[in-house]
Amino acid sequence: MTYLKRSPWILHYDASSCNGCDIEVLACLTPLYDVERFGIVNCGNPKHADVFVVTGGINEQNKAVIRNLYDQIPDPKVVVAVGICATSGGVFRECYNISGGIDTAIPVDVYVPGCAARPESIIDGIVQSLGILEEKRAKMLGRKRTKTAGTEGR
Amino acid sequence: MLVTHALIYLLLAPFIGGLVAGIDRKVTARMQGRAGPPLLQPFYDVGKLFEKENLVVTASQNVYALSYLVFMMVSGALFFAGGDLLLVIFAFTLSHIFLVLGAYASCSPYSFIGAERELLQIIAYEPMIIISAVGMYMVTRSFFVAEIAASSVPIILYLPGVFLGFLTVLTIKLRKSPFDLSTSHHAHQEIVKGVTTEFTGSNLGKIEIAHWYENVFLLGFIFLFFSFSIPVAVAAIIIVYLLEILVDNTFSRVTWQFTLRSAWIVAGMLGLVNLAVLYYLSGGFLV
Repeated sequence: MTYLKRSPWILHYDASSCNGCDIEVLACLTPLYDVERFGIVNCGNPKHADVFVVTGGINEQNKAVIRNLYDQIPDPKVVVAVGICATSGGVFRECYNISGGIDTAIPVDVYVPGCAARPESIIDGIVQSLGILEEKRAKMLGRKRTKTAGTEGR
Repeated sequence: MLVTHALIYLLLAPFIGGLVAGIDRKVTARMQGRAGPPLLQPFYDVGKLFEKENLVVTASQNVYALSYLVFMMVSGALFFAGGDLLLVIFAFTLSHIFLVLGAYASCSPYSFIGAERELLQIIAYEPMIIISAVGMYMVTRSFFVAEIAASSVPIILYLPGVFLGFLTVLTIKLRKSPFDLSTSHHAHQEIVKGVTTEFTGSNLGKIEIAHWYENVFLLGFIFLFFSFSIPVAVAAIIIVYLLEILVDNTFSRVTWQFTLRSAWIVAGMLGLVNLAVLYYLSGGFLV
């Protein structure tokens, strides 16, 4: 029995977004979309999170912060880049201070384009990420099993 | 007989506590005009937490989280076995001290603030809980839960003030607004997660299960006030819990100063005055 897909807790980080996508992310929590129907909770604490939702592009100021947040999330975890800035840097791609999308700092699992990304597409992206989360859990479990089998063999 | 009660509590309390938490989330969502999560969502959450990696700052966090759960189980089991109410309250407080120690062990500013707030909450609710036990002794002449529960006296009629005071501190204990200072169930940020900030995976799951045990124990405590009639007691428990959900959704979080002051004023005004009146009416003799 796997519970991970039924209870994804989200950490939302605004890298350098204009707040357009952030408002849409928060709109998912409102009565109209109500993502808590799927057990999704916006938790605001990396140590409790499963899904890392990032909006906006990467610059030198937030690179260290975003890596730190990513490292603090316990495995298994997935990263969802929300909005065109987070997926590729968007219109800011050529800016002197932007190094590109979120994947220039941490590995990204799901890209949700849009400016701003619609709540429907954000929810769709997060639901897709749950499949990847489940794969990662199975892989983690497999790794743990081979590890214990290895120690028993010794 | 009484040992079986304790065993039934140990086995069933997590299921009842989880279901109550599920109903709580559903009712809360409906109050906010949302559909809300499935009824079994709290079980999915805890199941998920046990599937996650357990990250700790220091290994002692594991010990403290487990101790919190074990001592919560012990205090609840003692209560349902009909043991000494004072011993139950001391074990109950001790379990929270383990939670505070676990938060202090993690060397994180958010945890520290949560731990300090948890201590302040203990200071705030402890007098009222002791007064409740003393009040029940004055009515039934016994500190033993079994004898209090078996008495045919309608305790609520003798202790209405104590009961209202107990409801006030119950809000603190159920971690509901306006008194959810040290940690909260709502999807809020940083400081509000307080003591649980640095607990991950299975440790957080254990803390959640301990909270379910705690809630069932506290609802059992309400039962004592109405123990003369089981239907009335069950109705009272349901009404009290729905009232707590309403209060949770109506009020915003207050400061720790206000929490401490209001809890103590309530304990003094409703609790002590109730006990004094009871003492006076019984002509200086304990009832």
